[in-house]
Amino acid sequence: MLKIEGLTAEVEGRPILKGIDLEVPAGEVHAVMGPNGSGKSTLSYVLAGREGYEITGGRVTFDGRDLLAMEPEERAAAGLFLAFQYPVELPGVGNANFLRTALNAVRRARGEPELDAMQFLKLARAKLKALHMSEEMIKRNVNVGFSGGEKKRNEVLQMALLEPKLAILDETDSGLDIDALKIVADGVNAMRGPGFSALVITHYQRLLDHIVPDRVHVLMDGRIVKSGPASLALELEAEGYAKVAA
Amino acid sequence: MNAMTTGAEAFLGRFEGLRAQLPGGRTDWVAALRADAAAQFRAQGLPGRRVEAWRYTDLSPVAALGFTEALTLAEERPALPAARAPWRAVFVDGRFAAGLSSLPPGLAARSLAADLDAARGLLGALAEPLPLVALNTMLFEDGLFLEVPAGAEGGTLELLSIASHTQEAQKGRPIAFHPRHLIRIGQGARLTLIETSLGPAAAAYLHNPVFEIAVAQGAQLTHVRLQQEGRAGFQLCTVLAAVEAGGTYDNFTLNAGGRLVRNEIHAALRGPRAACHMNGAQLVADGQHADTTTFLDHAAPDCASRQTYKTVLAGRSRGVFQGKILVRQAAQRTDGYQMNQALLLSEEAEIDAKPQLEIYADDVKCSHGATVGALDEAQLFYLRARGIPAATARAMLVEAFLSEAIEGVQDEAARAALDDAISGWWQREGA
Ligand SMILES: Nc1ncnc2c1ncn2[C@@H]1O[C@H](COP(=O)(O)OP(=O)(O)OP(=O)(O)O)[C@@H](O)[C@H]1O
Ligand SMILES: [Mg+2]
Repeated sequence: MLKIEGLTAEVEGRPILKGIDLEVPAGEVHAVMGPNGSGKSTLSYVLAGREGYEITGGRVTFDGRDLLAMEPEERAAAGLFLAFQYPVELPGVGNANFLRTALNAVRRARGEPELDAMQFLKLARAKLKALHMSEEMIKRNVNVGFSGGEKKRNEVLQMALLEPKLAILDETDSGLDIDALKIVADGVNAMRGPGFSALVITHYQRLLDHIVPDRVHVLMDGRIVKSGPASLALELEAEGYAKVAA
Repeated sequence: MNAMTTGAEAFLGRFEGLRAQLPGGRTDWVAALRADAAAQFRAQGLPGRRVEAWRYTDLSPVAALGFTEALTLAEERPALPAARAPWRAVFVDGRFAAGLSSLPPGLAARSLAADLDAARGLLGALAEPLPLVALNTMLFEDGLFLEVPAGAEGGTLELLSIASHTQEAQKGRPIAFHPRHLIRIGQGARLTLIETSLGPAAAAYLHNPVFEIAVAQGAQLTHVRLQQEGRAGFQLCTVLAAVEAGGTYDNFTLNAGGRLVRNEIHAALRGPRAACHMNGAQLVADGQHADTTTFLDHAAPDCASRQTYKTVLAGRSRGVFQGKILVRQAAQRTDGYQMNQALLLSEEAEIDAKPQLEIYADDVKCSHGATVGALDEAQLFYLRARGIPAATARAMLVEAFLSEAIEGVQDEAARAALDDAISGWWQREGA
């Protein structure tokens, strides 16, 4: 599904990603762990196509296509989804309007019929219910005045609506209370199947108790320094990055 | 002689030639009013940039064009946009077009030229000594004369101004018209006025309307102005409004058309608990200049005023906002608020903003603020990362930027007209 080879990238002339090799096969969930500032969010932004990151080397193929040649909206339409570590507030943009515009843009690009307001509302209500979110949330402006946890849930709601092939969850667990963590994990697990892969960026084992990964990668100073099975996360938690990576 | 003087002389010359033919030309009080205005205009001239109120807006393109007033109503029937309300007063090149209009019964809505005698004592009653008001008084050919009776539920009326191709324009001389609208809302009465100005895409013309608006005690006027003049047109509009105790005047102005436009509003809150909301959006594309200048005169206690203006600038364009709030000594417990914000979509665009507070009462709550910024990269990326194409994402953020100013337009027909005007602008100029 996703294949990253020798990826290097700079921000403002400073190398951040220093040669990333990572493959996430279809249907698998991989976790990425690593110290603050190691380049996890940078990797997720580069994969989603944010401006300001200069790709200095390497390749990324997504579903067989050259991901780095695509515009951000093309990547989304092709089935890539990034749940932001820091979801962006959009004052003046209603959440329902935002969600429907996004969903219909993606559906149009995928050759599927667009949903009218009623059809959308019906779908959104079902997804809200599954995530234990109140309908109030889609009547407000996007993320404006949302608590940290509400913002993260809103990201998961977007993921559930857009039905990506690959979801990158950048610390979607941080800021969530214990119940919310379970709900979000259930939301991700509900999507698991042969057509869904995920790259789960986290600092904490407790998320991985709920979303058990097929593999765990350790990212340090812009490189994957170690990969292993789900138990690697436990090792990291017990021993710390320095020791495990050594 | 410089261009400004030549331009002013041209208008004065037209007045000398036309004075007998203009409405009321043989009526003493009208002739005297026009002569006084001409004397004032002769003394003031077209305001140059050394006049403080015109520092950011240069009228020399207007002065240079040598406009001429159309003497006859255009014969052709201009294409009219779809009706927004059951009633509509249509003006073509500043003249009332009875055949195109349908006036509401019971609101005393008629052509000013046709009933000029009834305007004695009203016409000019609210005039300020402004050069463009003098120009209008000197040369006005017609206007809407509306007297909503006390207690009337006036509903919604459309006022449509269309610049047409006149004979003069075909001879290559651009036309000017100076409609004078008298609008009086009686005690406790209410009215919504949706005003749209349109013109041909490529012809130069000058539309110089003056509104004299009197809102009586407890009355309410909602005035929605959709300025969509042709791209080579000029509109210099002056609104003079006076609001009595407990009355409300709401003005929303969209500046979306024209080559150079000015939306100047003078509102006086004259009785206790009067209110005024002035909001607006300026959408300024490459080659355009849009100016909003407001003057809010708090002259009585316990009045409230709210102003929110948003300017979006694309290409090489210029926007201006000047807003002055005067709180007189008598105006205790004034609650005044003013915000103007600009969104620059291009590096070649420029905004000049000048807010001004002048306060003589001691117990007042008055604030103002201003911001200038570009589209937020993080917001744009967030939308695109959700599959929304870049052009749509930009349109959504521009709409979001405008929303605060637009939310105040609650009349459904007015809101629909406004939304259409904005999305039309975006399709033409923005995407
Ligand atoms: N726009 C930027 N300008 C300057 N430096 C940046 C920028 N974006 C990222 N960096 C730097 O790149 C490095 C990697 O940052 P990144 O956000 O990818 O780390 P992270 O692994 O996600 O950390 P955390 O666990 O704290 O979220 C940091 O040193 C950061 O300061
Ligand atoms: Mg991060």
